[in-house]
Amino acid sequence: MRTPISYFLVVSALLFTMGTIGVLVRKNALVIFMSVELQINAVNLALVAFARQHGNLTGQVLAFFVMVVAAAEVVVGLAIIVSLYRKRRSANVDDAHLLRW
Amino acid sequence: MGDWIVFWVTAPISIAAAGAMVLARNAVHAALFLIVNFFTLAVFFLVLGSPFLFVVQIIVYAGAIMVLFLFVIMLLGVDRQESLIERIKGQRLLALLLGVGLVAEVVAAVRLGVGFHRGVLPNFGPVNQGGNVRALARLLFNSYFFPFEVTSVLLIVAAIGATIHGNRRIAEEETIDVGPEGVPEEPPGGPEVPAAVDAGTPARSLVARSRGAAAGYAPPASDEGRVAP
Repeated sequence: MRTPISYFLVVSALLFTMGTIGVLVRKNALVIFMSVELQINAVNLALVAFARQHGNLTGQVLAFFVMVVAAAEVVVGLAIIVSLYRKRRSANVDDAHLLRW
Repeated sequence: MGDWIVFWVTAPISIAAAGAMVLARNAVHAALFLIVNFFTLAVFFLVLGSPFLFVVQIIVYAGAIMVLFLFVIMLLGVDRQESLIERIKGQRLLALLLGVGLVAEVVAAVRLGVGFHRGVLPNFGPVNQGGNVRALARLLFNSYFFPFEVTSVLLIVAAIGATIHGNRRIAEEETIDVGPEGVPEEPPGGPEVPAAVDAGTPARSLVARSRGAAAGYAPPASDEGRVAP
């Protein structure tokens, strides 16, 4: 393999940062959630790259577990967003400010 | 050489799709860009010697999870424009600056920890004896057997929780509407009020919506007023 592993790590860092910016900037709860998915996938890429770097499969197993947990998280998170929408008639996170002082 | 070309073709697509996802006004467009990004990540997994995760990424992420996302987007309505009001002043600029800082920090960490030189990678052949899937299964069902079982419990709990969450009726917890001034409106009366609502002022939003639920408030069997999850 001619590509250095660090290149994949840099791509992973860029994707993670874009996910972070998406979480910080966007207002639509669904898009925020998608940004979180992007972050999770960036971390997965880093895990697989590290598995290649160290020559064992532990990173891949960990990425697999991350995928399982992310699937569970998507199910619960989307249910929460749907019920928030049913309560507020909007998926905008600024509308959910009941606990704001 | 092949992985070099694949990387330099896939990486810009990946970054561009992620950026487009963050910038897309429409939630459906954001979801589609995210699917593109997931496909490029699957290609990265393949290049990094993990064909199993390549397939799982496409089936589970680009397939199942994104279909779920699109389903919810369609359910909630796609024609809503996102408000551009910043609740915190300078939020976007600050987020961008912090993002640039984060990238710089992580790249510096990668440079210190792994380095950008083209080092000699360990041979992946003996680890992947009998194929990547078989090697992963050997590791998963021996060393990581207990965590694997715990994830099954997690998935069941998540499925049950989502079902219960989706089945809850609207009228039991009162719908809170945001008034024009931004303060929550007074929820009009109890569940017995809506019978004589036609002349009332607070009928504007809540009562009209929960009429079916008010009629069938006691028995949870009535399907009226329920929004399918």
